[in-house]
Amino acid sequence: MSSEVRFTDFKSDKQPTWCPGCGDFGTMNGMMKALANTGNDPDNTFVVAGIGCSGKIGTYMHSYALHGVHGRALPVGTGVKLANPDLEVMVAGGDGDGYSIGAGHFIHAVRRNVDMTYVVMDNRIYGLTKGQASPTSREDFETSTTPEGPKQPPVNPLALALSAGGSFIAQSFSTDAQRHTEIVQKAIEHDGFGFVNVFSPCVTFNDVDTYDYFRDSIVDLDETDHDPTDRDAAKTKILDADKEYQGVLYQNEESVPYSDLHGLDSNMAEIPDGAPEGAMDLVREFY
Amino acid sequence: MPDDLNWAIGGEAGDGIDSTGKIFAQALSRAGRHVFTSKDFASRIRGGYTAYKIRSSTDRVESVVDRLDILVALTERTIDENLDELHDDSVIIYDGERTEMEDVEIPGDMTGLSVPLQRLAEEAGGAIMQNIVALGAACEVTNFPIENLDSALEKKFGNKGESIVSNNKEAARKGQEFVADEYDYEFDYDLDTTDNDYVLLNGDEAIGMGAIAAGCRFYAGYPITPATDVMEYLTGRIEQFGGEVVQAEDELSAINMALGAARAGARSMTATSGPGIDLMTETFGLVATSETPLVIADVMRSGPSTGMPTKQEQGDLNMTLYGGHGEIPRFVVAPTNVGECFQKTIEAFNLAEKYQTPVFLLADLSMAVTEQTFEPEVFDMDAVEIDRGKIVDDDEVEAWTDERDRFQPHFSTADGVSPRALPGTENAAHMSTGLEHNALGRRTEDTDVRIEQVDKRNRKVETAKEEEDWSPREFGNPDSDNLVISWGSNEGAMREALDYLDDEEIDVRFLSVPYIFPRPDLSDDIEAADEVIVVECNESGQFADLLEHDALTRVKRVNKYNGVRFKADELADEIEAALQSEEVTA
Ligand SMILES: Cc1ncc(C[n+]2csc(CCOP(=O)(O)OP(=O)(O)O)c2C)c(N)n1
Ligand code: SF4
Repeated sequence: MSSEVRFTDFKSDKQPTWCPGCGDFGTMNGMMKALANTGNDPDNTFVVAGIGCSGKIGTYMHSYALHGVHGRALPVGTGVKLANPDLEVMVAGGDGDGYSIGAGHFIHAVRRNVDMTYVVMDNRIYGLTKGQASPTSREDFETSTTPEGPKQPPVNPLALALSAGGSFIAQSFSTDAQRHTEIVQKAIEHDGFGFVNVFSPCVTFNDVDTYDYFRDSIVDLDETDHDPTDRDAAKTKILDADKEYQGVLYQNEESVPYSDLHGLDSNMAEIPDGAPEGAMDLVREFY
Repeated sequence: MPDDLNWAIGGEAGDGIDSTGKIFAQALSRAGRHVFTSKDFASRIRGGYTAYKIRSSTDRVESVVDRLDILVALTERTIDENLDELHDDSVIIYDGERTEMEDVEIPGDMTGLSVPLQRLAEEAGGAIMQNIVALGAACEVTNFPIENLDSALEKKFGNKGESIVSNNKEAARKGQEFVADEYDYEFDYDLDTTDNDYVLLNGDEAIGMGAIAAGCRFYAGYPITPATDVMEYLTGRIEQFGGEVVQAEDELSAINMALGAARAGARSMTATSGPGIDLMTETFGLVATSETPLVIADVMRSGPSTGMPTKQEQGDLNMTLYGGHGEIPRFVVAPTNVGECFQKTIEAFNLAEKYQTPVFLLADLSMAVTEQTFEPEVFDMDAVEIDRGKIVDDDEVEAWTDERDRFQPHFSTADGVSPRALPGTENAAHMSTGLEHNALGRRTEDTDVRIEQVDKRNRKVETAKEEEDWSPREFGNPDSDNLVISWGSNEGAMREALDYLDDEEIDVRFLSVPYIFPRPDLSDDIEAADEVIVVECNESGQFADLLEHDALTRVKRVNKYNGVRFKADELADEIEAALQSEEVTA
């Protein structure tokens, strides 16, 4: 079936209610294309979304999906993938969802290295709740809850991922359709946890981190001599606070995903009609 | 003389009290004796008083009583801690050669047996075996064939090598012989053995075993007393059946992982205790509205907040029944003894999938940490039936699609249960959400659809009420005017209390209820009785409140909330007092 799949097969018949011009349109299109390009179809794909404007993505895509509670999408994706390794699992959410309420899960999902793809639509603001500071908001960014700016440095999600042992760390820009698609595709193809932070501008509440800002500042790693398998080089780039990079910052080519390490390869949905064979041994242990 | 033995070993946490107690319990069980254990433990790893108690008889034992016949005291404090339960015929085994125990005074007319536990252990190969020396001494005091202890030692240390096993056997012999040689004393105790083959396990282990039997393949949890044993049991075992245990970073993650695995189609579970249940509550609502089958075990401990983590309570009933914002259909199943932990876990998985609903498995600490003997038939794997409910395959999808060929996972059926398509099923891709949704799973704020979906979810409960058997279990005299009702692990103490009451010529009908929601309608039983008493380990009487509400009448309450389970004799006294009190009349 895969050869016949087109990216539009991943589109639901529901019209997005995102504000016209929202970066999330581009982010989603790239995700759908990347899924189709990697030979997936809606019946074997599971999309888990968080809460936020970004989290609505599960509604606009067509696949098996769960739209969960705020910040907990990664654990859900982990459960889905471990239970059925045949599924392509993609988790998506916002910067608030992933780096604030879900920050703990983020670090541990990175460590766990389950073979799934995590796309964060980073607009450096809370969109759905109408414009409060997010963990990636700039220190002096004035919002309804931080009239003088958060007065604390933004989190660096790429650095978090690298320090937690991330095996695939990338960044893209939603409006650069081709590069964004390509980068998400590489994340899908990666054996392990593929993390992509996507600059996905909020045209309604963020007048600082705009399309223009990103267009002017982004440095594409493909136009540099960056070697993504070189962790030190990745570290230097990731910690460079003056630049916004696009591309794969780090990829561990030796990455062994969780399921392989734990010998999980069967679909746990398939169980016998009664107690499994050998279950009596469990009782004998207690004689 | 007495065949009903109450034995304990006590000392400092870290002294190996638990494993020693378990070895003796196993020796007794292997000799075809019934065993019921309890633990006094503090919430710390080293230091602090801790004890492992065993009640054993050739008859079934269901509870602890206020009596201690033989006490192995590794510290002086052990004697003080148990003074209330010791009696004139009690025997205390201690090491009078140890400086800290030199000046120990044996209270009253009790018999003190000073056995050089440490010295004899060293002679046998290492001081670490001092507890085993004490077990050998206990065998002599009780006339219990030491070969049974040998076999328990083989089981315990078998994989550590032959010399460890033989050293331990030797240590036990030294303890036995020392008592035989040094004390010219006719002991009162005489333990019979039988040919019965019992299994000995605790409630947490039984829950884990039930989960595997029921086809559970995925478990995610975060350690918390007293639920951790479920996870430790499954670890290393579930893998043999193609499953996986994940230690999540917290309970929020644990329940969400379990939810993910369940959505992928696996039978999936998490277990925790009070504080963890609090954290899981938000996702609990999502599980219910997304109609995901999930088993969530709450092994209750003393709350609120961190409360008393190692103490008994049944205080979370309201939490599991009402927890979560909005109104959430759910099942709450509460096993009443260790064997039922196995059976009700299997039932919980079937209920979860048949009705696509979260199921709380509400257990309590006393049951979770109690090792109890059972006929192996209680854990009959051949009797396990698996009902996965309305799962549709590729060919059946079409029957459940709308006019635009879209699968309707929340289709409003007459029984409230919708078709369920596991990911991978062709042409059934759909989204689930915690938002209110229509039959397709899409968000809606349409007033009619909202009502339709709320009603549909509640209808599942109505269907289940009709289709499943929610009866209580009945003990005592069915025609008595005195009705006692309890839930959870109080069953054991109450069953035995019936005998004590019988001796006093008080006759009682006793209903043990393993279901909180849905629960049996006991209105007629309550109406028919003159006196109704509800027994539970909490302060307010959460179950009594429910029964009063159901039957529109008042009931008497016997509550205990000091952190210790009911003892059979104590409970009998309380029931007697409640029957005599004027306080409420049903
Ligand atoms: C437990 C909980 N707390 C708060 C909220 C309210 N809430 C919804 S979305 C959101 C922030 C979303 O921000 P982000 O993840 O950056 O997504 P965006 O809307 O910007 O795409 C918050 C705080 C919630 N739904 N649940
Ligand atoms: S508020 Fe911002 S993030 Fe949300 S849809 Fe509008 S533009 Fe996008």
